[in-house]
Amino acid sequence: MPTKPEATPTTTGTGPIIDVRDLAVHFGLRGSSLARLFGRDAGTVKAVDGVNLTLARGEVVGLVGESGSGKSTLGRALLGLAPATAGSIVFEGQDLATLSRRRLRDLRRHIQMVFQDPSAALNPAMTVEEAVGDALRVHGMRSAEERRVKVIDALERVGLSPVELFLEKYPRDLSGGQKQRVVMARAIITGPSVLVADEPISMLDMSVRAKILQLMLDLKQDLGLTYVYITHDLASAKYFCDRIAIMYLGRIVEIGATEEIFANPRHPYTKALLRAIPDPDPGRQLPRDLPRGEVPDAAAPPLGCAFHPRCKEATPTCGWESRDLRTLVEAHWTRRSPDEYGAERAVVGDIDHFDKPATSTTLGAQGAPAAREFLDRVRIEAPDDPIWGGIESITDDGSGVRVHFHEGIDPALRRAGGVEVACVLYPETSTEG
Amino acid sequence: MRKVFKALAKPFTETAGLARWMLVIGIVITAVFVICAIFAPLLAPYGFDQTSADGVQFVKREAPSGDHVFGTDRLLFDVLSRTIWGARTAIEVVVLSIVICVFVGVPMGLISGYYGGWLDRILLLIMDALFAFPSFLLAIVFAFLLTNKLPSGGFSGVLAVSLSLSVIYVPQYYRVVRNTTVSAKEATYVEAARAIGASDFVIMRRYLFGNVVQSVPVIGTLNAADAILTLAGLGFLGLGIQSTEAAEWGHDLNRALADAGSGIWWTGLYPGLAIVLLVTGLTLVGEGLNETINPTLRRRRLLPVVMTPREGDR
Amino acid sequence: MSVEFVEPPYVDSGEPVISARDVRVWYGTTRGAIRAVDGVSFDLAPGETLGLVGESGCGKSTLGRGLMGLLPQGAKRDGEVWFKGREILGMKAKDNYRLRGHELGMIFQEPLTRLNPLMRISDHFEESIKQHDPGATKDAIRARALEALRLMGIPPTRYRSYPHEFSGGMRQRLMIALALVLRPSFVVADEPTTALDVLVEAQIVQILNDLRRNFHTSLLLITHNVGIVAEACDRVAVMYAGRIVEQGRVTDVFENPQHPYTRELLRSTISLNTTGLNFIPGSPPDLVDPPDGCRFHPRCPDAMAVCATKNPVTLDRVGGGRVECWLVGPHEQIPPGGTQPLKQEELAVADEA
Repeated sequence: MPTKPEATPTTTGTGPIIDVRDLAVHFGLRGSSLARLFGRDAGTVKAVDGVNLTLARGEVVGLVGESGSGKSTLGRALLGLAPATAGSIVFEGQDLATLSRRRLRDLRRHIQMVFQDPSAALNPAMTVEEAVGDALRVHGMRSAEERRVKVIDALERVGLSPVELFLEKYPRDLSGGQKQRVVMARAIITGPSVLVADEPISMLDMSVRAKILQLMLDLKQDLGLTYVYITHDLASAKYFCDRIAIMYLGRIVEIGATEEIFANPRHPYTKALLRAIPDPDPGRQLPRDLPRGEVPDAAAPPLGCAFHPRCKEATPTCGWESRDLRTLVEAHWTRRSPDEYGAERAVVGDIDHFDKPATSTTLGAQGAPAAREFLDRVRIEAPDDPIWGGIESITDDGSGVRVHFHEGIDPALRRAGGVEVACVLYPETSTEG
Repeated sequence: MRKVFKALAKPFTETAGLARWMLVIGIVITAVFVICAIFAPLLAPYGFDQTSADGVQFVKREAPSGDHVFGTDRLLFDVLSRTIWGARTAIEVVVLSIVICVFVGVPMGLISGYYGGWLDRILLLIMDALFAFPSFLLAIVFAFLLTNKLPSGGFSGVLAVSLSLSVIYVPQYYRVVRNTTVSAKEATYVEAARAIGASDFVIMRRYLFGNVVQSVPVIGTLNAADAILTLAGLGFLGLGIQSTEAAEWGHDLNRALADAGSGIWWTGLYPGLAIVLLVTGLTLVGEGLNETINPTLRRRRLLPVVMTPREGDR
Repeated sequence: MSVEFVEPPYVDSGEPVISARDVRVWYGTTRGAIRAVDGVSFDLAPGETLGLVGESGCGKSTLGRGLMGLLPQGAKRDGEVWFKGREILGMKAKDNYRLRGHELGMIFQEPLTRLNPLMRISDHFEESIKQHDPGATKDAIRARALEALRLMGIPPTRYRSYPHEFSGGMRQRLMIALALVLRPSFVVADEPTTALDVLVEAQIVQILNDLRRNFHTSLLLITHNVGIVAEACDRVAVMYAGRIVEQGRVTDVFENPQHPYTRELLRSTISLNTTGLNFIPGSPPDLVDPPDGCRFHPRCPDAMAVCATKNPVTLDRVGGGRVECWLVGPHEQIPPGGTQPLKQEELAVADEA
């Protein structure tokens, strides 16, 4: 296998070390047993949906997002652990998406991974020496003595010294931070050039996190590593990363240099994430204006921009639809007394048909005037909700009204200032920056 | 070496009270039978098919006496000798069938659980069918089919019976290993193994095997008890091992049946007692192991807390 | 869900809802007793939120469960906990059970494991209300449940749904609504946001923040996230190795930490303003055999000779609250030469958390 010498700093070449183009990873939905039992229909989850990302040698790129944003899947796709449905991942001239399983296995010595839960990432039946050395063994190093020398070196690099104390230990005898160091040693022992770190510190104690982060910085310095740092924690990403990609529901919604993203967040989702970080300094508490709701079901993403249902700055063309109407009506009812709710519920009638995404839907069971009156009440109560802009017209229809929404636009990633943003607020013609 | 001792001592250090006693008693009983099996030529006064000693033929159905402590049966065999030799047959059959089961069931379960898909479905179906079939009937059928089919020799009867017993018990090993594999393969450490470039074979052998075989010893010992009974049942029906081939308790019981009516108790009592004791011993070992190995059954040993009196300055 | 930001009202009506005095909770093991909680005292005023922070393995959760009487077998507790004028640690199990839910509520980290997947939300409410108010009519239950859901932002349309039909954040709100529907005066929330996403976590913190306004409930918020304490709590208690080493108003303690552990814990937290990485060397001690003297002294950068030999004395903090550290005093009790810096052995990674 043609390979560069192990554990030498990579040359600071100009070309990208990994180039991801239009990557899509889709999963057929098997569903949980509960879902199957209740007959929920299976669909496809677009875990990663058209992502472009280039990694320059020696840089740290952060993938930040909530669960379900596809950040972990993207990271796993870089190792070929999640098969690409479409697109390409080019690493040193080879497209990972088309390699055979065998070649892919060989390639993994160059791209390695660190996992979130160090306790789960180590085989409980293997000692530290076996676990770390196994990475060499699977790549054909037969001699146990040779392996031992390398294992000792790797353990010393991750700061597990005196090494003799650890070689014979089982994972259950180690603390969380020590286990994460063992995982790190296993990852660096094959001399990789890229390390994908999937939330490496989020399961650790506050007092240890900084230590592991420092270790990762040291390793990068010593071994010339390139990092993909996957996290939901913007604070650590700010400290650790050179570039940050904010992900939401399988897409990158904003990507750019760390300083620019934090100094001047553009995408409403980025702004929301920044606002959500609790600050330990009681003097610096900011008023919160949090987006409502949660990450939507990836099997049935919102129409238009995926973030629009939670977005405070949404425009009329962000993709408003029937499900948003349900959210609006339900939010209204959380502010009513049970009696008022009962009466209004009768006016509205069936609300379950809203769940089928459509840009035009009916509302009402007691005639059009009652339905219009109800919608007016909702509007008076929440006049600032951006959904009102998204309603194109309301016409009488049968026992109620038909609400028509504007056709939505699914924004593509476009350059805006020093970063790239996928949001209609930042059109291509933007002169900003 | 210390690791091995530690592992062996684990069942004792991690049990308490009843569970520990069960285990100890079970091991003692089983050990007695194993010793009988290994040293049968030394322990038994006569051979299992010996009908005369020093040129003098034994008396038929002689009551227990100085020469024949347990008496003789109607084929002139010495009952004590046959009971001791019977232990050898029983242990041979049980060990052999467990070995076959482990060698067939564990890899099959691993592969089936790891790969899943149609292979898993087909294997599952076959194993479930075998499992659902009345086990004793199955053993009879296989004993029928296998007897005299195997290359003849002193061991062929034992091998035939062991194979018939394996057919009954393989589904249990398969099931347990397959189910634990299905859940274990989702663990992060398996994905981590894949991330370092391990092949499927390596993952199964070095990452899954050690974590899924932990319940096999328990099934093994529990099945051993059941196997003794099935073996005796087959022998009682005259299938499998013949009297001249080896001493077998079930077969001896069959012959003792006719004696029981005429007040000859010793031909039936001792083989019967041996079966009961060995089955009890193995069951106790199995249950004891289960308590220690199976985490859902294990109760943590709780020690009373003695709070020290408070220090004055705190 | 926008709530205008107001400075949390600090209720100081004198009479505490719950007041713990020298509480200890020990577990028996083969190695000896684990002193998970070892002499803890604090007061909680009505409508006040107390944040309990510390590393894992410092006894935070044990203290929370100990107060609720939800300890596993083999645990033993002593000391005194006065709840509305009654001592509850010495209470009979039956009385304690009656108190739970009704007067004492608990919110757990993983909500889904605490909800019965086969029961509708309505059934959950019915059961918990009926348990403590057997005479309640169906309509009354419904009204109370809907009110609790409404305050948590769960629409009434979801009243007849099953737990699995809710998202993670909704489930946690559901748990909070269930814990609060009986209007307990004291609630323990054990890491209620740890399993949640960032934005949802912030929403839940906001809800907890609003609790005292809506329900006038006293809350003990157990968390490892100092940011959440700063955000949602009036007072904070910093726990280390089974002891509360410092407690006081959040603003006082966080802006001017007196105990080195508090200071180091705050320094090691990575926030948006982090410009350098700091960490506490070593790991929390084995609670079977905690260090002599101050339990933090092996990891303390400011340790003095006295810290390794003599237990620190609990003192009133400047600016309110309490702290136990020889650096603060009392200086007259330090033996001569006790203020010499303690020679620390180099802490190897071998002892690290």
